[in-house]
Amino acid sequence: MARITSPQPAELQKKTMTINMGPQHPSTHGVLRIEVTVDGEVVKKAKPDIGYLHRCFEKYAESLGDFAKVVPYTDRIDYVSALHQEMGYVIAVEKLLEIEVPERVEYMRVILAELQRIASHLLGIGTFGLDLGAFTPFLYCFIEREKILRILEKVSGARLLYNYICVGGLMRDIPEDFKSDTWEFINGFRPKIKELNDLLTTNSIFIERTANIGVLPAEVALNYSASGPMLRGSGVSWDIRKNDSYSIYDRFDFDIPVGKGEVGTVGDCWDRYIVRVREMEESLKIIEQALDQMPDEGDVQEAVPRRIRSKEGEIYVRTETPRGELGYYIISEKSGPYRIKARTPSFVNLSILPAISKGALVADLVAIVGSIDIVLGGVDR
Amino acid sequence: MGLLDKKYHDSNIIIVSLESALNWARKSSLWYEQFGLACCAIEMMATAASDYDFDRFGVIPRSSPRQADVMIVAGTVTMKMASRIERLYEQMSEPRYVISMGSCSNSGGPYWEHGYHVLKGVDKVIPVDVYVPGCPPRPEALLEGFLKLQDRITNESIIEPKVSEESEKKTTGKEPVGAE
Amino acid sequence: MMMTTEEITKYLNQRFEGKIEFIEAEVGESWITVSPSILRELAKTLRDDEKLRFNNLMCLSGVHYQKENELGVTYHLDSTIHRHKLVMKVRVPEEKPVVPSVESLWKTANWHEREAYDLIGVTFRGHPDLRRILTPQDWEGHPLRKDYEQQETYHNVTTGI
Repeated sequence: MARITSPQPAELQKKTMTINMGPQHPSTHGVLRIEVTVDGEVVKKAKPDIGYLHRCFEKYAESLGDFAKVVPYTDRIDYVSALHQEMGYVIAVEKLLEIEVPERVEYMRVILAELQRIASHLLGIGTFGLDLGAFTPFLYCFIEREKILRILEKVSGARLLYNYICVGGLMRDIPEDFKSDTWEFINGFRPKIKELNDLLTTNSIFIERTANIGVLPAEVALNYSASGPMLRGSGVSWDIRKNDSYSIYDRFDFDIPVGKGEVGTVGDCWDRYIVRVREMEESLKIIEQALDQMPDEGDVQEAVPRRIRSKEGEIYVRTETPRGELGYYIISEKSGPYRIKARTPSFVNLSILPAISKGALVADLVAIVGSIDIVLGGVDR
Repeated sequence: MGLLDKKYHDSNIIIVSLESALNWARKSSLWYEQFGLACCAIEMMATAASDYDFDRFGVIPRSSPRQADVMIVAGTVTMKMASRIERLYEQMSEPRYVISMGSCSNSGGPYWEHGYHVLKGVDKVIPVDVYVPGCPPRPEALLEGFLKLQDRITNESIIEPKVSEESEKKTTGKEPVGAE
Repeated sequence: MMMTTEEITKYLNQRFEGKIEFIEAEVGESWITVSPSILRELAKTLRDDEKLRFNNLMCLSGVHYQKENELGVTYHLDSTIHRHKLVMKVRVPEEKPVVPSVESLWKTANWHEREAYDLIGVTFRGHPDLRRILTPQDWEGHPLRKDYEQQETYHNVTTGI
């Protein structure tokens, strides 16, 4: 029998091929599309295509006409760390309009922000494991995350999008058993970090999939203006809480974990991962100190203005969210906000993807995207 | 076997109509298309994870639309995404169901006024069976949505053929549950 | 050594012959304004000069000044070496909104500039890949302009209610 030989179509004769990853893909953390040019299994080029979740935050911010009305929309920028988005925005407005905030509110904001940071990192770590085929850590992370959400729900009334921090203070008073609840969580959570380390951090399959993959050198990271665990994973000790302190972070004693290349090269996926794990311990330290120092008495709405009187001016304020530097650039007029730009860490960190995924395998691309820990709401706003 | 263990003396035959047996099987293994859009996706993940545990209703995530029975539209649908959602829906094999989760996919939610790039309700591109309100809905609310969908499946009949997609669109779809 | 915006302006004006204007704000942050013709050279100086070393472009935002019929770009610079910050503004007319790109100096500007092009409509000369980034490629208009009117349908789907 003669073998049928048909001429190969031109498309098949080409050496490289372009494939789509997303916008519906289980490991793109939302609606991200990556145009990947591959040569066999090797990624030649990875071009992210974003905007599938562009929800017009900036248009809303300037159309609503009032600084206070923008707060719920900031929640929805990066919905995994909603409190940080609120806090960054509110701090910017307070700085611009020169509003003094009571001490108790500052402490409360820090405690909530750090709880949220742990919750966010738990989700980031859990889904990172999920991307690489480890399902159990995801479930373990979510058990702990639910505990934090329960505390936050008791405080604010919502599980995910809180709308709790408002210009000049907090939406309502702190529940009486907040301190005891938080202490209970801290004491229960410490041993769980060890458990998580046993499950994932030192797991040889996990190390195999993440060490020496997606290496981001420090100078490239700085040139791309990377921030958060992405920058610290590359060995740069840069944390806005310490280097450009805001709120009352200068009162607490904590360390900045950086990537040291313990299992591979400095700045690989594993380093970015371990920075997040260690940051959770640092957050616990901050919460403990803040709980000890926080005054028990005091009105949390003392400085909340009835109607926010706007001033003409502009400001750029940056804060440290779980994903890195969140900046709000506010131009304000007498009538209210004129232009608000949110510079989100997810957006900037994702723009590095083409630079660090060249030459990686397709399966490694999943690890790299997971290690950047993007939230598409933050990327697209 | 739990509840049924050692309860029958001789044979263990249950007489039931084919229809209800089929529907019982279908409603107890609703596999959902795993793709999150926005904030609601995080709550969807929370529902699937340890505390709320989707699996006990037989609800399991699938990564491909071709293996899925139900699509949860969890989050804001934008203009750029709308055509993709339509395509994903077309790729699902019948019978297929859609749960619209959260205010954004129900009606545009908080983005209905100035959201130039936001689709004001996913029902503009695909038919929806169950609407779950909330911004974002609690995991309990999503579970309730699934129970409502199970109710709907229980009442479906094999005698009358399922309305085809075209006429479904023409007659503005079935009476949606919880639309009011 | 940390410098204030005023000191930086003085230092820069020695080289740029008084072309850089310092604007002091009553509320919030002060800034400097420059013309687009010297922007690229200035940006290079800002990044590489030993005394300045602005190695981190924190943010780049496009702004529409409707009253003046102008578009603007604001650069927020930060030096992780000397720990000082600078706000730099450039303005161009609405009819011919061309600003030189700083993508080759700070890679982070790539996406920021694409965003400013997409939402405000500023064209960046010298940008390697100036396409829309957030809205679809065939979108009409620049949404963050103050006189923006939303298109009624997009691919036969209504954008309204």
